[in-house]
Amino acid sequence: MLEARGLYKSFGKIDAVRGVSFSARDGQITGLLGPNGAGKSTTLRMLYTVLKPDQGDAFIDGGSVTSDPLGARRAIGVLSHGAGVYNHLTARENIAYFGELHGLSRADRDARAAELIELLEMQPFADRLAKGFSQGQKLKTALARALVHKPKNVLLDEPTNGLDVMAVRGLRQLLVQLRDAGHCVLFSSHVMQEVEQLCDEVVVIARGQVVAAGTLDTIRARGGERLEDAFVALLEPEAKP
Amino acid sequence: MRPRGIWAVFRKEFRENLRDRRTLLSALVFGPVLGPVLVAVLVQFSISHAEEQSDENIAVAVMHADRAPNLLAYLTAHGADIVNVTLDEAGARQAVASQTHKIILDIPADFGARLQEGQPAPVVLYSDGSRGFDRRGVGRVRALVSQYGIEIAQLRFLAAGIDPISVLPISVQEIDVSTPSSRSVLVLNMMTYLVLLSMLFGGLYLAIDATAGERERGSLEVLLTSPVPREHLIYGKILAAAAYMFISLVLTVTMFAIAMSFVGLEKLGITANLGPAAASTLAACCVPLILFGASYLSIVSGFAKSYREAQTYLGLVITVPTLPLMFAGMLGLQAKLPLMFVPFLSQHLLMTTVVRAEPIEPLFFTVSVVSTLVYGVVLMFVAGRLYRREGLLG
Repeated sequence: MLEARGLYKSFGKIDAVRGVSFSARDGQITGLLGPNGAGKSTTLRMLYTVLKPDQGDAFIDGGSVTSDPLGARRAIGVLSHGAGVYNHLTARENIAYFGELHGLSRADRDARAAELIELLEMQPFADRLAKGFSQGQKLKTALARALVHKPKNVLLDEPTNGLDVMAVRGLRQLLVQLRDAGHCVLFSSHVMQEVEQLCDEVVVIARGQVVAAGTLDTIRARGGERLEDAFVALLEPEAKP
Repeated sequence: MRPRGIWAVFRKEFRENLRDRRTLLSALVFGPVLGPVLVAVLVQFSISHAEEQSDENIAVAVMHADRAPNLLAYLTAHGADIVNVTLDEAGARQAVASQTHKIILDIPADFGARLQEGQPAPVVLYSDGSRGFDRRGVGRVRALVSQYGIEIAQLRFLAAGIDPISVLPISVQEIDVSTPSSRSVLVLNMMTYLVLLSMLFGGLYLAIDATAGERERGSLEVLLTSPVPREHLIYGKILAAAAYMFISLVLTVTMFAIAMSFVGLEKLGITANLGPAAASTLAACCVPLILFGASYLSIVSGFAKSYREAQTYLGLVITVPTLPLMFAGMLGLQAKLPLMFVPFLSQHLLMTTVVRAEPIEPLFFTVSVVSTLVYGVVLMFVAGRLYRREGLLG
């Protein structure tokens, strides 16, 4: 369960996020939808404790990210933008390293890494150095790394960027699996179709503010039959006929 | 403070960099091998050159040799190889400048006549003073010519019934008090510089990779979402860089000891004091500096936005701590208590003492170790503060 309450963040003169509030429930996939520069990444970064909000707070399973960031970090798995992996470690070592950082014993993290390698079908490249990995292989490694400590909440920042069709399908299946297992999944995207296919709930962000939130049907009801029309209508209310 | 995260980061950085050719080359090859080999070759070169110069005959080109047969016979008898040449003054200058002949002696037309009249008889000696290697040869020729002049003078006094001893009122006796070991400092002075530089280089690439490199690859953000306090992450990275510096330091000192044992220093009247005991003391002087160096490099590269930018900074920054060493060389600084508070300089002075085979003042050693360690710990905490900043993500 993730909850953002009145988050504000500015960088110098630029107000990136201006009072964002929403919640993402367990057992659901929530999409953070918005054009580039709308404040999606900044919001996510505050949720996963890399940035401190200027105002407001966010709660991970009820725990505040500002007063107990370490507690919050234990409860989340993060796939950041770009998903950088360590080139001189194998996929398995990349996963185990984060297990170690999360305090898993050697036996636990080895077992967990093996489990994730099987789940994500990483066997063919699990013990190769990450140096020559394809985007898809890197993404799987980064995903496994994010899931090593069995976090209840999973946050993904533009996870499908730069992926081919097969990799996107694989990712989609995994997110559905996580949802069905009762996880709270929150991901950001600017791709309409992705959000439409996957999400139970959508939060639309524009110019640093939430302009709409709810199920796909409620969003569509506000703007038009297709999500894209609704989206455009939400972004430019004055352009509405 | 639970060090679990520090240890995890340390192990990962250590292992990852073992697989990085760039880190390995700089930690295990560049400093530890190239430095000692360079010094050994230089020392060997200066030894063989010094030997050559004292034993070998000097080639002297002579213009108008027929005007002074006795002088030339004297020179030949004292180790000069005379070559007769026919040149004018401009030709002589040209020949020396182009090194066709290194030393040219010109006997003027009135040489014999002036000598007979008891007038000062000039000779002209051409050489190129900018060629360091030939200075000794020129000095020897000049000394021989003067000596020949003195012998003629003594003969004249004898002929006039004066005791030649009475016209040499002062005789200079030179006593060189430098011990063989203290002379070796001149030759091996650059060794301390190379040891310190090589130590820093050992951790350089790891420090860049673990900070600027990690950010550039995009893995830093995820790392910061792990439940490890941010300062512990950088402590782990600093300690990993320190481990590489330690390896580099030990290898470098060992290689110096080995390389110097192959060089025939005793032929120069120098003993290089680099037995196992002295080598261990050298390393012990530098070990406290490792934490300081690792924190220093990590802080600087933590400010850089990319790997390349960090490389550019560090290329300059790595020479800054070694500046006091140059001043020490220029000013001829000796170990003094206040200087023991200056990192790098105190290590340099202590190492110089070791190489001179002089005893190390325990107080000096203690002050150097403790103050350098304190600076190192302070810098490490500064790095920790730096890692808590948000701007870290760039």
